[in-house]
Amino acid sequence: MTWIVATASAERLNLQLQGRWAVAHAGDIRAALAALPEPGTGGLHIDVSHAAAFDLAGAWLLDDWLRLSPQAALPVSFEGELPDGLRLVRDTLGAGNRADQEQDKEHPFNPVRLLGETTVERIDDLRAGVRFVGRVAVTFARACVSLRRLRPISIVRHVWDTGFTAVPIVALVAFLISIIIAYLSATQLRAFGADIFVVDLVTVGVLRELGVLLTAIMIAGRSGSAFAAEIGSMKLNEEIDALDASGVDSTEVLILPRIIGLTIALPLLTFIADIVGLAGGALLCHQLLDMPLQQFINRASSAIAPTTFWVGIWKAPVFAVLVAMSGCYRGLQVRGSSRELGRLTTMAVVQSIFLVLLADALFAVLFMEIDV
Amino acid sequence: MDSVMVNVQGIVNRFGSQLVHDGLDMQVQRGDVFGIVGGSGSGKSVLLRTILGLRRPQAGTVRLSGQDITTLNPVALRAAKASYGVTFQHGALFSALTVRENIQLPMLEHLRLPPDVLDGLAMLKLRLVGLPANAADKYPSQLSGGMIKRAALARALALDPPLLFLDEPTSGLDPISAAAFDDLIAYLQHELALTVVMITHDLDSIFRTCNRVGVIVERHMVVDDLARIVDHPHPWIQSYFHGVRGRRYAPPAPSTGVPHGT
Repeated sequence: MTWIVATASAERLNLQLQGRWAVAHAGDIRAALAALPEPGTGGLHIDVSHAAAFDLAGAWLLDDWLRLSPQAALPVSFEGELPDGLRLVRDTLGAGNRADQEQDKEHPFNPVRLLGETTVERIDDLRAGVRFVGRVAVTFARACVSLRRLRPISIVRHVWDTGFTAVPIVALVAFLISIIIAYLSATQLRAFGADIFVVDLVTVGVLRELGVLLTAIMIAGRSGSAFAAEIGSMKLNEEIDALDASGVDSTEVLILPRIIGLTIALPLLTFIADIVGLAGGALLCHQLLDMPLQQFINRASSAIAPTTFWVGIWKAPVFAVLVAMSGCYRGLQVRGSSRELGRLTTMAVVQSIFLVLLADALFAVLFMEIDV
Repeated sequence: MDSVMVNVQGIVNRFGSQLVHDGLDMQVQRGDVFGIVGGSGSGKSVLLRTILGLRRPQAGTVRLSGQDITTLNPVALRAAKASYGVTFQHGALFSALTVRENIQLPMLEHLRLPPDVLDGLAMLKLRLVGLPANAADKYPSQLSGGMIKRAALARALALDPPLLFLDEPTSGLDPISAAAFDDLIAYLQHELALTVVMITHDLDSIFRTCNRVGVIVERHMVVDDLARIVDHPHPWIQSYFHGVRGRRYAPPAPSTGVPHGT
């Protein structure tokens, strides 16, 4: 495809444009312009009348090329009138307009600067997090004065959404994890003839740690993300502003019911996970070790201390508060774009799982120190 | 070349038992600025979605430059969609992309262009719609309503389409910005020899930019030149152009000599 027919005559380079000078062929046209011979000192004469199309993109390509040296210094004439497209490009990008085309360039990569910026960002983030926790606490204290301000209907809805509808998946996960522990420990302990200790491992492991931990992680992925996404899209839609502007405390109607709802739901889910986990352990012991159910129960009741079950259950509300707070907090940080919504939802889940594990580690040390 | 840019014939759109369009016809000639007017719920947006090929009507044909887009296969439909530009009511800029990336997106999707050409063309389109160069690297959330409308227009013009659809281009703008936007549309329409189809409620926009107007009444469209349609006897059209808001555009009644509104 020929775009330009160039003929030299008496120091002057004649260019005849051909074909469709349209945006679809911009790359080829640019290449064709770059391949032109050096014009003589007599300048250029351009004829666009043979081009099948000469739209804005074509005009811009020609104009852009004419601004390059050495063409820029040469006289340029056109066959007939100055083409409309070229006139429009020049009007649009006129001399006055061209000056401010210089972009604010991003700062070049600088490790010290990056370190400083990241540090400041993290400190700000931490400070904002503390402020959020404070605001939730104050709002909670204020809302406690009347039942109506605690929004019981909203709380019930969140217990339903985060708790009841999560029962199947939580039960399934608890069942599978107890089977994994039982199976793994059975194959190891059988070598020592210590099969019976499988029961200890399953019951203590599920009741004390795994039941509550896995439930909290499931809920962080399920409800923490939902909180962040719900609140984030409300934020994008200016619904939060609308609430605050109408004198309704958005923390009170949106954040508190979610935190309270999850704080109620998670211990209940943990209880279910414990039951199903133990049932799974009993089933596997029966199948794998031919242990009668009665023997499992006897061994289990002697293996667990009275506190074992409550240690697990008491951790649940703490985890619930961490998950719900992370979700709501990140949701409230959404600003401007749908990409932010995705980024902060991801961050909410990652952060809540991290906080749950951190809290669990602290609990482990604490419970060992106070010997329960 | 075919002088009819948009040819809609016998469109029927139905949602369940609700009939929105019942054999609607509409023709837009090359170079027209065609205003689509109608009451809320009269199916202006449904009509636009049908013309854009985003919705298949229950019956009827939509020809864009002679091609019936209601029967095109997905590949051909994609090519047909590159032949028009469209702006949506709220701008619909991609919020995760900068203005520059928004303008470049159609070019990246449909063409293979070197990066410096992409940048240069994006900047040209940006300046063409009257945005400052430093808007290029801003995100839509950092722009004012008027700038969003302009950036959306720049994106619609990315592929230099001959046909432009505008959905409520001046809604949400203050009267001065709206007037400036009308002037911009008129300027671009003239300079780029565009055919423009716009949905609007704004009488100022209609009188400033349109030469043809189609009014959707009773599931059909009444089309005429702007000067003539104001005298159409249909009561909705009468109250639209001669109601409280339209009164200032009405010519003095010739027979009695008493001006409207006194």
